[in-house]
Amino acid sequence: MSLDPSYVGRTYPPTAPYQVGREKIREFATAIGATDPAHHDPEAARALGHPDVVAPPTFPFVVTMAATQQIVEDPAVGVDYSRVVHGDQRFAYTRPVVAGDELVCVSTIEDITNRGGHGFLTTRTDIATVAGEPVVAVWSKLVVRGEA
Amino acid sequence: MELPARTFRVTRADLVRYAGASGDFNPIHWSDRIATKVGLPGVIAHGMFTMALVGRALAEWAGAPDAVVDYGVRFTRPVVVPDDDEGTEIEVTAVVREVTEDGLTRLDITATCLGDKVLSQARATVRTSR
Repeated sequence: MSLDPSYVGRTYPPTAPYQVGREKIREFATAIGATDPAHHDPEAARALGHPDVVAPPTFPFVVTMAATQQIVEDPAVGVDYSRVVHGDQRFAYTRPVVAGDELVCVSTIEDITNRGGHGFLTTRTDIATVAGEPVVAVWSKLVVRGEA
Repeated sequence: MELPARTFRVTRADLVRYAGASGDFNPIHWSDRIATKVGLPGVIAHGMFTMALVGRALAEWAGAPDAVVDYGVRFTRPVVVPDDDEGTEIEVTAVVREVTEDGLTRLDITATCLGDKVLSQARATVRTSR
């Protein structure tokens, strides 16, 4: 089943705010072996000009998971999640995510193509604080593999 | 200019830890039974775990944990992680493409596992002066 290209441009309602916890950043940094003190020690982060511990660059993906789910579960778009593979991923940062951030995601379907029996869905998720300050833009391309 | 290569060892324990930390509990990252059922050779690493390791290398090359301003990859091949103490290895290198006047460095990244490229179109921009 192919994806419906008429949904290109569809924007989803903002997600419930994601509260970025200091321990979550420490846990994520530990899981990827990131030992820089700015990920773990608020004082080290403050020395770099941040209000609290700094998240590693790919941490925003965790924040976007609920937003991506919104799209993948949108019956109109027609994604079969059991056939989804991660194609591309990109982050463009206004500033790093830090502990204490309350982040809201707004997702838009940027592109849908069907090629060679596979569907390609590109989403852009803008992550901003609840006050509207932009933090990072996140692009994901999901590949929905066709039936073999 | 080529940046010094970094090698990251990846074991099953790392995948379990990353699953918990990221909230991505897709069973292809912890169950051989499910992974082989969907046609994979076995349990594979989360693409985002590979991307995170490369992100670490970027920050370490730039010399600051908050240096990465733009970072994108395409996942081309799965990183298969055997259920033993050694796991597997991901090797990361990067070439400097451009250094801008406002202190940004653009990098082209290569990440391989057992000699195969696991990422393509992997590019980053890092801030190299504050």
